[in-house]
Amino acid sequence: MISFNLIPLLPEIYLSLAAMGLLLLGVFRGNESSSVISWACVMAAGIAALLLLWMPPERMIVLDGMITMDRFSVFMKYLVLAGVAAAIILSIEYMEREKAARFEYPVLVLLAGAGMMIMLSASNLLAVYMGLELQSLSLYVLTAFRRDSVHAAEAGLKYFILGALSSGMLLFGISLIYGFTGSIDFGLIHSSLSKFAEIPAGAIVGLVFILAGTAFKISAAPFHMWTPDVYQGAPTAVTALLAMAPKVAAIGLLMRLLLGPFEPAAFQWQQIIWFLSAASMITGAFAAMMQSDIKRLMAYSSIGHMGYALIGLAAFSQAGAGAVCLYMLIYVIMGAGAFAVILCLRRDGRSCQRIEDLSGLSRTHPLLAYAMAILMFSMAGIPPLAGFFGKLAIFQSAMTAGLYGLAILGVLTSVVAAYYYLRIVKVMFFEEPTVASLDRGMPLARGLILILCLVFVTGFILAPSSIMATAQNAAAALFPE
Amino acid sequence: MIDFPLLSLMTFLPLAGALLLLAVRGNEEAVARNARYTALYASLLTLALAVFMLVKFDSSSADFQFVENSAWLRPLGINYHLGVDGISLFFVLLSAFLTPVCILSAWTAIGTRVREFMAAFLILETFMIGTFCALDSVLFYVFFEGVLLPMFLIIGIWGGKRRVYSAYKFFLYTLAGSVLMLLALLFLYAQTGTTDIPTLMAHPVAENIQIWLWLAFFASFAVKMPMWPVHTWLPDAHVEAPTAGSVILAGVLLKMGGYGFLRFSLPMFPDASLYFQPLMYGLSIIAIIYTSLVALVQTDMKKLIAYSSVAHMGFVTLGIFTITTQGIEGSIFQMLSHGLISGALFLCVGVVYDRLHTREIARYGGIVENMPRYATLFMIFMLGSVGLPGTSGFVGEFLTLLGAFQVNTGIAALAATGVVLGAAYMLLLYRRVIFGPRENADALAMPDLNGRELFLLVLLAAPVLYLGVFPSSVMSRISPAAERLLNHVREHGAPAPASERAAP
Repeated sequence: MISFNLIPLLPEIYLSLAAMGLLLLGVFRGNESSSVISWACVMAAGIAALLLLWMPPERMIVLDGMITMDRFSVFMKYLVLAGVAAAIILSIEYMEREKAARFEYPVLVLLAGAGMMIMLSASNLLAVYMGLELQSLSLYVLTAFRRDSVHAAEAGLKYFILGALSSGMLLFGISLIYGFTGSIDFGLIHSSLSKFAEIPAGAIVGLVFILAGTAFKISAAPFHMWTPDVYQGAPTAVTALLAMAPKVAAIGLLMRLLLGPFEPAAFQWQQIIWFLSAASMITGAFAAMMQSDIKRLMAYSSIGHMGYALIGLAAFSQAGAGAVCLYMLIYVIMGAGAFAVILCLRRDGRSCQRIEDLSGLSRTHPLLAYAMAILMFSMAGIPPLAGFFGKLAIFQSAMTAGLYGLAILGVLTSVVAAYYYLRIVKVMFFEEPTVASLDRGMPLARGLILILCLVFVTGFILAPSSIMATAQNAAAALFPE
Repeated sequence: MIDFPLLSLMTFLPLAGALLLLAVRGNEEAVARNARYTALYASLLTLALAVFMLVKFDSSSADFQFVENSAWLRPLGINYHLGVDGISLFFVLLSAFLTPVCILSAWTAIGTRVREFMAAFLILETFMIGTFCALDSVLFYVFFEGVLLPMFLIIGIWGGKRRVYSAYKFFLYTLAGSVLMLLALLFLYAQTGTTDIPTLMAHPVAENIQIWLWLAFFASFAVKMPMWPVHTWLPDAHVEAPTAGSVILAGVLLKMGGYGFLRFSLPMFPDASLYFQPLMYGLSIIAIIYTSLVALVQTDMKKLIAYSSVAHMGFVTLGIFTITTQGIEGSIFQMLSHGLISGALFLCVGVVYDRLHTREIARYGGIVENMPRYATLFMIFMLGSVGLPGTSGFVGEFLTLLGAFQVNTGIAALAATGVVLGAAYMLLLYRRVIFGPRENADALAMPDLNGRELFLLVLLAAPVLYLGVFPSSVMSRISPAAERLLNHVREHGAPAPASERAAP
């Protein structure tokens, strides 16, 4: 009776096998081959993306309901794969310079990517947990990848302990849900929840725990405490990864959970998401103002961005979900570009990450400064850059859904957030270089990523329709009618 | 009429010029020279297109002309919709006219990062023209906000000592106002399903909703205008901006607020506009009298002119919200005239600033002897600002006051004191700078206008005098659109005609 159709899982299977094969290769060839393995991992991600392309567009539920494949998961998986590939490419030169180039690194990134993809197409709480843990464990190791660095070790430990706590909460929530609905299958949870005239308190407590666990993963306030420390302590290449792919996976998971099995409890979770969103936007805007470390700043910026993305979820509509998809797409691309610039912050062979290190960048490295300024303005949501259209879609869905309070809060915090994005522009353009010039030279691959991101960010306005339509189509898969 | 996308061409030609600037290569001097010429030619070409538009404009029609409409944000049903009518026509022309003036004025004044400066100005021109041409509210918002980017850099990079503070203040004030407008736009979209300006104008929403939406738009336009009490960014921005930046700020950017009131607030929320009439009168009167008094005590030339701008904009808001023919036409005319005059006044300040590097009024005095041409031209603009008959300033002020008299004599009388105060501070400025005691030797050693400066100021003086004598050349084109706007507001808003509301 069990349908044993593995086709929808092919990309994940391929990715895992490739990771293991490359791990073996690395074991035999040693650390000298790390850059070859890195490129091989990028290629593996590319092939996995091609496999996704080959997937039939209609929804497939396989392995007894464990895995669902639809346009939504395909869209989000593209984003994850893009994030993973970009993170590996950005890391290659950085790791070599830092003398931390080891072949395990890209392999672990790939495994984390496989975990994220499982999260995105899981339709059973057990599969959710498996994917989440595969992702999390890989990321813990990656954070502490530079064992000899105190900061990295501290960040890794912090991330692990808090991450384990959140996984525990998630698991506890899952068990409560199982207790009250009698199932861990998304479809069955949905049908048993819809049967209740009033959702039992225990199930709501379970939902809250599950939400807390996933909110931790997307670093939504008030579960954001780990983010700045981990972003700061982790090697910059790992921070770049953390800022992109895991956020997409966790937001995708949250959307699938809340719009799928917990859709009958929408009234309850909407309030929670409302609060998470408001808290994240406020934290992201105000806490970032005081930062002097650019990686911490990016951490608070990502907290704020997650707050905006959650507005679209709180809207509980197809337009809102589409807006979240679009927002995440733009967010990943802006993040890749920004980290491509941050990775260039290197003086006398050592990396630096203070905001003052950017001072006078427009004099010493004008192209880099303009690139960063464009990305910062885009993150602040100033038209005509891509970041504005993400916010436009989000606020549009909020106004349609009647979330006026959240929308007003959102625009006001975006003004506050503009202050610290402008601060980076100010340091680069309005101040004279005070410190010694940054090292020259941009690795070709990193430069290419930066250029692609800039083309997207500035060119989005010219042809926004097809990208928006793709995001809306992906979101439509979450609303089966 | 014409079969090519004139407005798009005009909007994006400067942007193409800016991109072309990126390709300029060579040593620093060659780059600077080429950048100046490229920017000048690009902006002159745009001006030529704008003049062509003026010639082809059908002044008998109140409809939007040169309309372009194509799908843009298809999933949201938002279109790329451009067009001009009598209200926006002259603002487009003003932007296209002032940009080459600014580029010429910065010819030697800007010596560092010339290429970036010119590129920023061209990008700014694209956004300005786009703002006045846009007929879709989201498209309008994109242009309206986009203006902040180049202006932030212009103030921040090429500004004076406190440039960073001023650039921030400018950016954040304006952004805070505009984001509320964005929400209002999206709310309108949620209610009506469209962001198309002509459609929204034709079908106003319910009155209780209008109040809130009007306030959100007001937040944006009042900051941009700027109206009292949110005007405080303007003196800072003006003082710190380079001369060309001040010219474009006073000349065009401030007009976006007034344009916004005319394009959005009045036609889309006629009931709310009538409801808030007293508020607007009050704020306008305070702006006129209070900022005039503030201007009287300024010791910094640019600050004085900046405060005078706030006062003049008070006349504009007063005129718009009298909702009378004279008031609305007068306020449009006043905006055009103020764009020319205040732009020219900032150029005049720039002329002496370039020589002595100070804006302190007390550092000058008696320069009429060594700079007679300068004194003559400065006088024309000063008198224009005061509103002397024969200059364009008179027509605008007179018409707005005429509009105010029809509505309420008391308000008109209070506004008229602003004219007197305006004369006081402008004449005081002129006396202290141009005549006054001949004490400062360096000021007395300043050479008179060079050829380029003379050319620029004469270029600006000509329309000021021309419009003062033949205002009908502009009025005839404004009238149909203004008349239609007025009928629209009267039709949808409270039915009381102006004559009945007139005070005893």
